[in-house]
Amino acid sequence: MTIISMRNVSKFFGDFQALKDVSLDVALGERVVVCGPSGSGKSTLIRCINRLEAHEQGEIIVDGTTLTDKADDLDKIRGTVGMVFQQFNLFPHLTVLENLCLGPRRVLGLSDADARARAMDYLERVQIPDQADKFPRQLSGGQQQRVAIARSLCMEPRILLFDEPTSALDPEMIAEVLDVMTELASSGMTMIVVTHEMGFARRVADRMVFMDKGEIVEIGASEDVFTAPKSKRFAKFIKQILNH
Amino acid sequence: MKRILILASALFLLTGCSNNWGWYVVDPTTTSGWNNLKFMASGAYYTIIMSLTAICISVIVGLLVALPGLSDKRGWRMFNRTYVEIVRAVPILVLILWVYYGLPALSGITLNVFWAGVLALALSDSAFQAEIFRAGIQSIARGQYEAAQSISLNYRDTMRYVILPQAIRRILPALGNQLVYMLKMSSLVSVIGLQELTRKANELVVSEYRPLEIYTILVLEYLVLILIVSAGVRWLERRMKASDT
Repeated sequence: MTIISMRNVSKFFGDFQALKDVSLDVALGERVVVCGPSGSGKSTLIRCINRLEAHEQGEIIVDGTTLTDKADDLDKIRGTVGMVFQQFNLFPHLTVLENLCLGPRRVLGLSDADARARAMDYLERVQIPDQADKFPRQLSGGQQQRVAIARSLCMEPRILLFDEPTSALDPEMIAEVLDVMTELASSGMTMIVVTHEMGFARRVADRMVFMDKGEIVEIGASEDVFTAPKSKRFAKFIKQILNH
Repeated sequence: MKRILILASALFLLTGCSNNWGWYVVDPTTTSGWNNLKFMASGAYYTIIMSLTAICISVIVGLLVALPGLSDKRGWRMFNRTYVEIVRAVPILVLILWVYYGLPALSGITLNVFWAGVLALALSDSAFQAEIFRAGIQSIARGQYEAAQSISLNYRDTMRYVILPQAIRRILPALGNQLVYMLKMSSLVSVIGLQELTRKANELVVSEYRPLEIYTILVLEYLVLILIVSAGVRWLERRMKASDT
C-alpha cells in the first residue's frame, strides 16, 4: 500500500529550482534513506512531505490526502507525519516532559495524566526516562535528539521524517541516536531518513534514493545500489563518503 | 548601601552649599513639615496605580499590534506600520490633552482624569511595546515554529506555549525600561489635574513658595520609585534565568 506519492514535484526558491520534477512512491512500513551532496534538495524533498515547504508544481498525496494550503488538510497531514530535525528544535523553556506533553494535550486533547503517561512510555522507549524533569540544555546532543524523536512519537504518527538527525552530533553520540532509529524501523514505522550514515542505510533501509541538483539520480533496493551503483555520480558519492 | 551613601552626600551638598535653602517646608521634625511631606507622598498612589494600569494595557495592545506586523499578508503588516508610525509621532503631552479635552467632544464619552491619563499613556506606550514585541518574536529561531508545526500546534497555541514564553524572557529588560519611562511620563498627567506626585508638588509650591526644596523632594520621590522598579526587574530576570537551568 502506497502511503506517500509524489508526482512530478517541483519547488523553487526564487530563481533557484530546489526540486526538479521529482517522483517518488513510499509504501507503508517502508524505510527509505535519502542521500546526496549538500544543496541537492534532499531536505527540501522531505520538508515538502509535511508541507514545511510548499511545492509549486506536481502533486503530493500523503495517506490519501492531497497536499494543498487548506488548513484542515494540513492538520490531517501533520497528524500523520512526524519530523525530527537536524538541530533538534526542542522547546528550550520547557522540561523534557513538557516538550513531549504539549502536542498530545493541546492537539490530541489528552488529559494531563494520559499525556504524561504516554510521554513516559516514549521516553522509556528512547531510553531516557530519568531525564524527564530536566531542561533540554542540560542534556547532551544525543539525548536531546532522542527527546525530539520521542516528542514526534507522542503524536503517534504513521510516518516519521528525519532531516539529517545525526549531523549536529558529536561522533560518540551518533550511535545512540541511530540505535533508537533502528529499533523504530524494526517496529514497522514508515521512515524517510536524510542522512550520510551509510552503515545505517545499509542495515536499515529498504530503498536508497540518491539526489543531486534537485533530481533523483538513482533509486533502488539498498543492497543493489551499494554493490552496483548504476550512475557515475552515485558511485563517486559513495566512494567519497566511505573513504573519508 | 552604596546608593544610600551617594544619596546622603548629594543631600549634604544641596543643603551645605548655599544659605538660600529653606528645608523647614519639608522638615519632618516639625508638624507642618511632616504634613507637607505626607501631602507630597500621597501623590504616589495615583502615580503608581496609573502607571501600572497603563503598562498592563499597553503590553496587551502592543502585543495585539505586533502580531499582525509579523504576518505574511501585506495588509496586516500595513496596519501594524500605520499604527506604530502614527501613535509614535504624537507627543505624549499632546495626546493627554487630546484624550481629555478632545475625545469627549468627538465621541461623547467623558473620561475622568485618571482614565484619560491611563488611556493616553497606554496608547502612547503601546507603539513602543509593539516594536519591542515584534523584535522579540522575530528573534526566536525559525526551527521553533517548524517544530511546533510538526506536532500540529495551531497558531494560537504556537504563540502561547512556544514563541511568547521565549520572547518575553528576551524582552524583559526592555519591558522594564518601558515601565520606568511610564512612571516618568505619568508626571505629565498633572496638567489635566490628576493628584499624582507632580501635581501635589505643584500645589505645595503654590502655597509654600519653596520650589527648590519641594521639587528636590519630588526628584527624590521619582528616583526611589524607579530604583525599586529596576531592582524588581533585575530580580525577575535572575529568577527566570534560574528557572532555565
